[in-house]
Amino acid sequence: MNESSAIALVLLTSGAIVGTYLWRGAGVMFAARIKSDSPVFQWVTFVSYAMLGGLIARMVILPIGPLMETPLLFRVLAFVIGVGVFFGGGKRVLPAVFVGVATFIFLVSFF
Amino acid sequence: MIASASAVNRLAWRDAIGFPSITLLASMTGFGSLVHESGLPLAMAIAATVGIWGLPGQLALVEMHVAGLSAFFVILGVALANARFLPMVVAFMPLMNEARSKSRWDFALVQMLSINSWAAGLKRFPEIETTLRRRYYIVFAVICMSAGTLGTVIGYFGVGLMPRPIALGLIFMNPLFFAVLLAGVQNRSSMIALVVGAPLGIMFHLVAPDLDLLLTGVVGGTLAFLLNNRLKGRQSVS
Repeated sequence: MNESSAIALVLLTSGAIVGTYLWRGAGVMFAARIKSDSPVFQWVTFVSYAMLGGLIARMVILPIGPLMETPLLFRVLAFVIGVGVFFGGGKRVLPAVFVGVATFIFLVSFF
Repeated sequence: MIASASAVNRLAWRDAIGFPSITLLASMTGFGSLVHESGLPLAMAIAATVGIWGLPGQLALVEMHVAGLSAFFVILGVALANARFLPMVVAFMPLMNEARSKSRWDFALVQMLSINSWAAGLKRFPEIETTLRRRYYIVFAVICMSAGTLGTVIGYFGVGLMPRPIALGLIFMNPLFFAVLLAGVQNRSSMIALVVGAPLGIMFHLVAPDLDLLLTGVVGGTLAFLLNNRLKGRQSVS
């Protein structure tokens, strides 16, 4: 990696860290004084979760990077099975992730 | 009411070792392997884990950067992805601190807050003497952060040593972990936003790949906000 791209990565990561910290710091500063259930904050929370929903879908259906080499069907199937185990099995995170990832590895290995 | 320091330490250890640590170890292993496979340095992986300390924002950072977005949009995206920290902190701080015992340390301590320590604190604080609550949080959160950092390093180096299908499985773990962690702790309104955002994320990625997540957030979030208000209105009428 050359020097300028290393500096760019440092700035990018620092910016992301600061951008995250602003929410935490504002929370401490205003803890007693703001209503976090006001419509504006509600809206920001909805924006946040819609973005994250979009990011999850994009990572499964149109991934960037190594997952591109795997078939769409395998990713969707393993994802649906994992989430299905989560909701069907009492909302336990670890079994759901384990079953989903195991399904994915199985599909990629044998088909 | 638990009133001795050593009992609080033990309680925090017992609560943190087990599910929270294993979850963090595993999810950050996935994150570390993603950073490695994206051709980015270990230092960035560790800085993101310790500095952002929330899988969704960390994934947004790596994914948006690798997708080729300019730094401005990546940072804006990560910041928006982490907006949930504000209401979390607002709910958490008054429970942890005695009235008017706010200190400057809170600004440092809040960096370690994640969904795990948040949930554990909300559950345990009522059983713990007010003056010892901070101790519980610190012990718990330090264990969690150590597990997460360890996982990041293991994933970063481990992914190259694994057979290809397992390495791909580690990377696939990211969206799956991400989905169940968000689905597990949140209420109906965030669920609506997640579900509305999913198809929009795909659509906007195809038509406007540079702005896909921000458009998804603003359009999907606004739709979900309106939809939720309408559902709420209907409930209060009936």
